[in-house]
Amino acid sequence: MTTRALEAARNGAAAAPAAGLARLKRRAGRWALRGLAGLVFFFIFIPVIFVLWISLFQQQIVSFPPEGYTLRWYENAFARSEFRHGFGLSLQVAFIAMVIGVTSGAAGAYAIVRFRFPGREAFNNLLLGPLVVPGIVAGTSLYVYYIMVENLLDVDFRGTLHGLVLGHILLTIPWTVRLVSASLVGLDRAVEEAAMNLGAGPWTTFRRITLPMMRPGLVAASLFSFIQSFENLELTLLLVGPGRTTLPVAMLNYLEFRIDPTIAAVASVQIVLIGALMLITDRFVKLSRIV
Amino acid sequence: MSELILDRLRKEYGSFVAVDDVSLRVEEGELVALLGPSGCGKTTTLRMIAGFIEPTAGRITIGGRDVTWEPPYRRDTGMVFQSYALFPHMTVAQNVAFGLEMRKVPRAEAETRVRQALDLVRLGHLAERLPRQLSGGQQQRVALARALVVNPGVFLLDEPLSNLDAKLRLEVRVEIRELQKRLGLTTVFVTHDQEEALTLADRLVVMDHGVVQQVGTPEELYESPANLFVAGFIGRSNVLRGRLAERGRFISKGGLALAVPADGMAPGEAALALRPERIVVAPGASDGGVVGRVALVTYLGAATEYRVTLDGGETITASVPTPRPGDPLKQVAAGDAVTLTWPAESCRLLAPGPGATPDEGGL
Ligand SMILES: Nc1ncnc2c1ncn2[C@@H]1O[C@H](COP(=O)(O)OP(=O)(O)OP(=O)(O)O)[C@@H](O)[C@H]1O
Ligand SMILES: [Mg+2]
Repeated sequence: MTTRALEAARNGAAAAPAAGLARLKRRAGRWALRGLAGLVFFFIFIPVIFVLWISLFQQQIVSFPPEGYTLRWYENAFARSEFRHGFGLSLQVAFIAMVIGVTSGAAGAYAIVRFRFPGREAFNNLLLGPLVVPGIVAGTSLYVYYIMVENLLDVDFRGTLHGLVLGHILLTIPWTVRLVSASLVGLDRAVEEAAMNLGAGPWTTFRRITLPMMRPGLVAASLFSFIQSFENLELTLLLVGPGRTTLPVAMLNYLEFRIDPTIAAVASVQIVLIGALMLITDRFVKLSRIV
Repeated sequence: MSELILDRLRKEYGSFVAVDDVSLRVEEGELVALLGPSGCGKTTTLRMIAGFIEPTAGRITIGGRDVTWEPPYRRDTGMVFQSYALFPHMTVAQNVAFGLEMRKVPRAEAETRVRQALDLVRLGHLAERLPRQLSGGQQQRVALARALVVNPGVFLLDEPLSNLDAKLRLEVRVEIRELQKRLGLTTVFVTHDQEEALTLADRLVVMDHGVVQQVGTPEELYESPANLFVAGFIGRSNVLRGRLAERGRFISKGGLALAVPADGMAPGEAALALRPERIVVAPGASDGGVVGRVALVTYLGAATEYRVTLDGGETITASVPTPRPGDPLKQVAAGDAVTLTWPAESCRLLAPGPGATPDEGGL
C-alpha cells in the first residue's frame, strides 16, 4: 500500500463514527416514513381484509374467532338469482353508462378547454354539478322527473334499463370532465400545430395527435366512471324495478331479512373485480400519474 | 424551395399593433434572420407565415402562390418550434415519417427518406426511441429532421436554439446552417441573439415594436446602421448627441467639436455613433485627439476596454487589443489621462431618436 492510500485509510477510520451516526439517522428517518405509510395502508385496507376474511367464516352469525372456514357463502351467493342477475345488470349498466358518459363528457371537456363561448363557466359547473348533489336527492329528483316525462311522452323510464343508464350517466360525467380537462390543459398546443404544419388537416390532427395524447385521461375516466356506476346505491335505489335490480340494491334488500356472510362473499367478488380492473388499467396508463 | 414574399404584413390585437406593415422578400435558398428585442413581433410574423395567425392586413406569397388565407396544412412550410413540439406518443422514426405520411408518399420511399433525414442529423441509431427518452439537443435534431424530410418550400425556425446550453447551441447552429445550404432551403430564422443572427444569416431583418428598422447583410448593418436603434442593437456603439454645425463638423452636447464625414445629413440636430473598436487609446493628454480620464479598465482577454470620461462630462468606451507587457498603455489605470483618436469616416451620423441602449454615452 502506498503512503497516500494508508493516509486515506486512516482518515476514513477517523471520520467513520461521525459519518456512521449521520447514516444511522438517515436510515431511521427512512424506516419511520415507511412505517407511517404502512400504518396508513393498514387502516385503509383493514375493512377490505375483514370483508374478505368474514366471507370465509363457517358460522352464520358473524362472531370472533371463526369456528372454521367454508366456501358455502359463495355458493349461496351464486345460487341466488337476485345476485346473479344483479351482477349482470350492474355490469351492463356500468358499461353502457361508461361508454356514453365518457364520450359525451370528453366532448364537453374538449369544448370547455378549447373554445371560448358565452356561458362556458356555467356549462363547466353544470357538468361538475352531480358531484355535489347527494345521491339520494339526485335519485329522488330523477324519480319525480321520470314520472313527469312518462306522463308526457308515454314512455317508461322507472325500472327500465335506459332509465337506469341515464341516471348513471350523471355519475360518470363529472369524473370524465375533470380527468379529461386535466389531460387537455397539459397538452402543448404547439404539438398540434406541428402536425398541421406537416400537412394534417383538423380531423387528422385530432385523431392522430390530440386523441392519443388524451388517452391516459380517457382511460382513467372510463375506469372511474365504471366503478362509480357499478357500486352506486343511493341514486339507484328508486330507479330499479321489479326483476331489474342492480347488485348493490340486491345486497341491501338481502340485508333486510338476513345477516350472514353471503353479503361478505358478494362484496368480496365486487372488490376483486374492481381491484382487477384497476390493475389491468394500470398496465396501460400509470394511474398514479393521473389521479 | 421557393421565394417568400411578405407584402405590408400587419397584425393588430385590438388597438395594439404587434406587426406593423412588414415587407420582405426572401430569395430562394436564402437564410434571413428576424432579430429584435423581446416582444417586437418576431414570433407573430413567423406564425403568420406558417398560417397559425391570421394577418389583419397584407399578403404572403410562397413560390408565387398567394397563401395569405390558406390553412397551415396547405402552405408547404416546415416549422421548427421553440419547444420542439415532438409527438410524445410516437417514436423518433414515426415523428419524422408523419409529414411524408400526410403527403401520401409510398411506404418504401418514405422509409428511405426517414432514414436519410435521421442520418443527416446523426440520429439514425435512435430511430426507435420515444421523444422523452432523448436529450434536449437530440429532440431538437429530431424536430429539424421532421421539418426537413418533407422538403418544405419555406423553412421556419422560432428560436430553435434557446433551450440548448451554450456549447450545444454553437454546434447545432453550424449544423443548421450546413443543412440549409446543402438543401438550398429558403429559410426564416427567428432569434433575439445578435451573435447567432450575424453568424448564421445571409441577411438580417432588425425589428422593433413591430416595425422593420433595417434589412441588410450583417456587414451592412454593422457598418452602416440606418438609425440609433440598429447602431445599438447590432454590435455596440458609443452615441454622442448634439448637432451638425455644418457639413463635416459635429458639436456634441458636451461641447466637443468633431470632424465627421461630409456626406449625407443636412446641418441640424443629430446623433453620432462610433464603434468602440475603431478608437485608438494613447496614454497621457496630447493634442490631436479627444482627451479624457479613464473611469474603468475592463480586461476581456484578447481585448481590453477603457471607459473614458471626457471633459464635457460625456463618456466613450474604447475597445483595443490588449496591450503587451512593456506597452505604456499597459500602465494606464482608472484616473489616468488618455487621448482618444479615430478616423473621421468611422463616425456615423444618424437622426436623433431613441436608441437601443438606455445608458447612451458609455454604450
Ligand atoms: N394573442 C395576443 N393578444 C394580444 N397581444 C399579443 C398576442 N400575441 C402576442 N401579442 C403581443 O404582440 C407582441 C409581439 O409578440 P411576439 O410573440 O411576436 O414577440 P417576439 O418578438 O416573438 O418576442 P420574444 O422574443 O419574447 O419571443 C408582444 O408585445 C405581445 O405581447
Ligand atoms: Mg417569440
